[in-house]
Amino acid sequence: MSLVKHHEKMETNVLFLVLGIFVTIIIGGIVEVVPLFSVESTIEKVKGVRPYSPLELAGRNIYLREGCYNCHSQMIRPFRDEVERYGHYSLAAESQYDHPFQWGSKRTGPDLARVGGKYSNDWHLRHVVNPRDVVPESIMPGYPHLARNELKFDDAAAHLKTLRLVGVPYTEDDIANAVADFKAQATPEADTAALLQRYPKAKIGDFDGNPAKVTEADALIAYLQVLGTMVDFTDFDPAKKADANIYR
Amino acid sequence: MTQATMAHGAQADATAYNTDVVRNFVVAAMFWGVVGFLAGDFIAWQLAYPFLNLDLEWTTFGRLRPVHTSAVIFAFGGSILIGSSLYIVQRTCRAGLWGGKVTGNLIFWGYQIFIVMAASSYVLGFSQGQEYAEPEWWIDIWLTVVWVIYLTAFVGTLMKRKEPHIYVANWFLLAFIVTVAMLHLGNNLSIPVSFAGMKSYSLYAGVQSAMIQWWYGHNAVGFFLTAGFLGMMYYFIPKRAERPVYSYRLSIVHFWALIFLYIWAGPHHLHYTALPDWTQTLGMTFSVMLWMPSWGGMINGLMTLSGAWEKLRTDPVMRFLVSSVAFYGMSTFEGPMMSIKAVNSLSHYTDWTVGHVHSGALGWVAFVSFGTMYYLIPVLWGRKSLYSMRLVSYHFWVATIGIVLYITAMWISGIMQGLMWRAYDEFGFLQYSFIESVEAMHPYYVIRASGGVLFVLGGLIMAYNMYRTIKGDVRSEQPYESPEALAAGVRR
Repeated sequence: MSLVKHHEKMETNVLFLVLGIFVTIIIGGIVEVVPLFSVESTIEKVKGVRPYSPLELAGRNIYLREGCYNCHSQMIRPFRDEVERYGHYSLAAESQYDHPFQWGSKRTGPDLARVGGKYSNDWHLRHVVNPRDVVPESIMPGYPHLARNELKFDDAAAHLKTLRLVGVPYTEDDIANAVADFKAQATPEADTAALLQRYPKAKIGDFDGNPAKVTEADALIAYLQVLGTMVDFTDFDPAKKADANIYR
Repeated sequence: MTQATMAHGAQADATAYNTDVVRNFVVAAMFWGVVGFLAGDFIAWQLAYPFLNLDLEWTTFGRLRPVHTSAVIFAFGGSILIGSSLYIVQRTCRAGLWGGKVTGNLIFWGYQIFIVMAASSYVLGFSQGQEYAEPEWWIDIWLTVVWVIYLTAFVGTLMKRKEPHIYVANWFLLAFIVTVAMLHLGNNLSIPVSFAGMKSYSLYAGVQSAMIQWWYGHNAVGFFLTAGFLGMMYYFIPKRAERPVYSYRLSIVHFWALIFLYIWAGPHHLHYTALPDWTQTLGMTFSVMLWMPSWGGMINGLMTLSGAWEKLRTDPVMRFLVSSVAFYGMSTFEGPMMSIKAVNSLSHYTDWTVGHVHSGALGWVAFVSFGTMYYLIPVLWGRKSLYSMRLVSYHFWVATIGIVLYITAMWISGIMQGLMWRAYDEFGFLQYSFIESVEAMHPYYVIRASGGVLFVLGGLIMAYNMYRTIKGDVRSEQPYESPEALAAGVRR
């Protein structure tokens, strides 16, 4: 009965019990989480991953707001069928500026990690307004309000500054031009040279076919079109670096 | 040691218990239960018939699914959990609630306001975009304040206790309160864009964000939906069975093992992702080990019925409590199995996970809550019995059939999905397009949603029974046969 005897101290003293519980529950988290911040090989070193442009960021915020993660993953696993269906398996580096991550946990709809560039802007617009217009068997909700709602991202600079605080490397230049970049990316005839220098490979266009205003659909489609397109995989060799995490 | 392991609620004493707060939480749990089940069933029908999304921004699956999960986990589960914990801690300590009426009201109304704010914020389009942690920063701060009051009241009541020992149910409840505080703070650290606005950005990104989210998410299951409800089990099953807890030593071992191991299990939600392999393997290993303390709890709960098994037949409330423990045992076997990487490669991203969650949520969490509420309602309102035991029995069978339809439909659809995604044809091409797998799900989504209808119906039967009981009515009906009555030849 020694266990019972020793345990008596715990169950007759609230302070011991609370401390005992706290020590017991904190260990697992520390062991699993802390090394992810300190071990360098956690995130591969690849070229091309950049912070989101203001329009893409606004689109990503709509993706969060509408709860797209409830049905769509953004994490391609390293299996033959997934790589054939969706493209190269996802790298940790590709979501390093995602606050928070959107890997998802359920595929009621397909994975979106590399949806960028797979469909035209026009397809996306029709699909988001009424998915069954382009995919008759789809069970996705229609989001007609996205094409109606005008999007003003007047506080874009504040968003970029907040993200810089949590570690996204936006420059002073990025922040100063945030609102202008936001508008320019949705305006095909705008001068976008500086924008493209700040955000290489950003897709520019009147995504929703409505030049009168920037809508929520513009932003969401700009975001979807950049997903998975940043890394240049012709230049990526997981075996090249000794510290690359090739076993996952 | 049996006297230390016995629940003490039956002793008549002059302690002034705060039962108002418990009553409030029981009524709230009943209300949120029906709301949450309805929301869940509605979105289940949306998956079968997408026109039900209504093309309105407030009623899409994406916004309503968090309403469902928050309503059932935090509103229904949270209300009965907090309510019954305040009942248990007062009774087993023979002490009134610390801080009296004021703390009771602060906890109750503070928590209800949290629920309403959270649910309405999702519908109106505010979300952090993290599963089961959708509320934005200012709602998180509100909940933190309420939780600190709750923890203080709980610990304060323990310190006022007249019993030398802290009863086992309270260990689990304390672990639940402490751990949920840690998880909530750890996972929701974020910086608001402006103090006047709702939007914030999480401190964490990518891999770290994923790990911390599932450290939170899995332990919301482990501590909110398991440890807390085990606390309930450890009080209400012995009370209802009028038997002491089966093994005091087992409860010590499985308590510490359970709370130690659970925390490590989060990475099994991230198998084969960009999370480093070592973390995944560690998470899998601990998930498999977790099977043992989970079954320790199940054995302790079930074996408490030793010598009182006939109550399963004569007492439908006992049937709810015992079946919940059986469902707990089933889903805590299924969980470790699904955490094995080879199994997970098939099950992840599919409906199998949804089915697994619901066998735990409906079978374990909801059933143990129903049993607890059926026990508490007559006690709290000073009635001799429930309005109708027959209605409890109807509720039990209607809900059980609902669960069986739900989980079998999801097993089939989930495994089918997983197999269709990885199927190759004779030429070495992927055999099915994604949309073909979506189409194939339709009949199972209909079956699942129909099972949900039954579960909602059970909730409505319960609400009616509760209403009549509180009103003071007793239905004239034949009692369930006791062995003595059967021996005497009494027939239904």
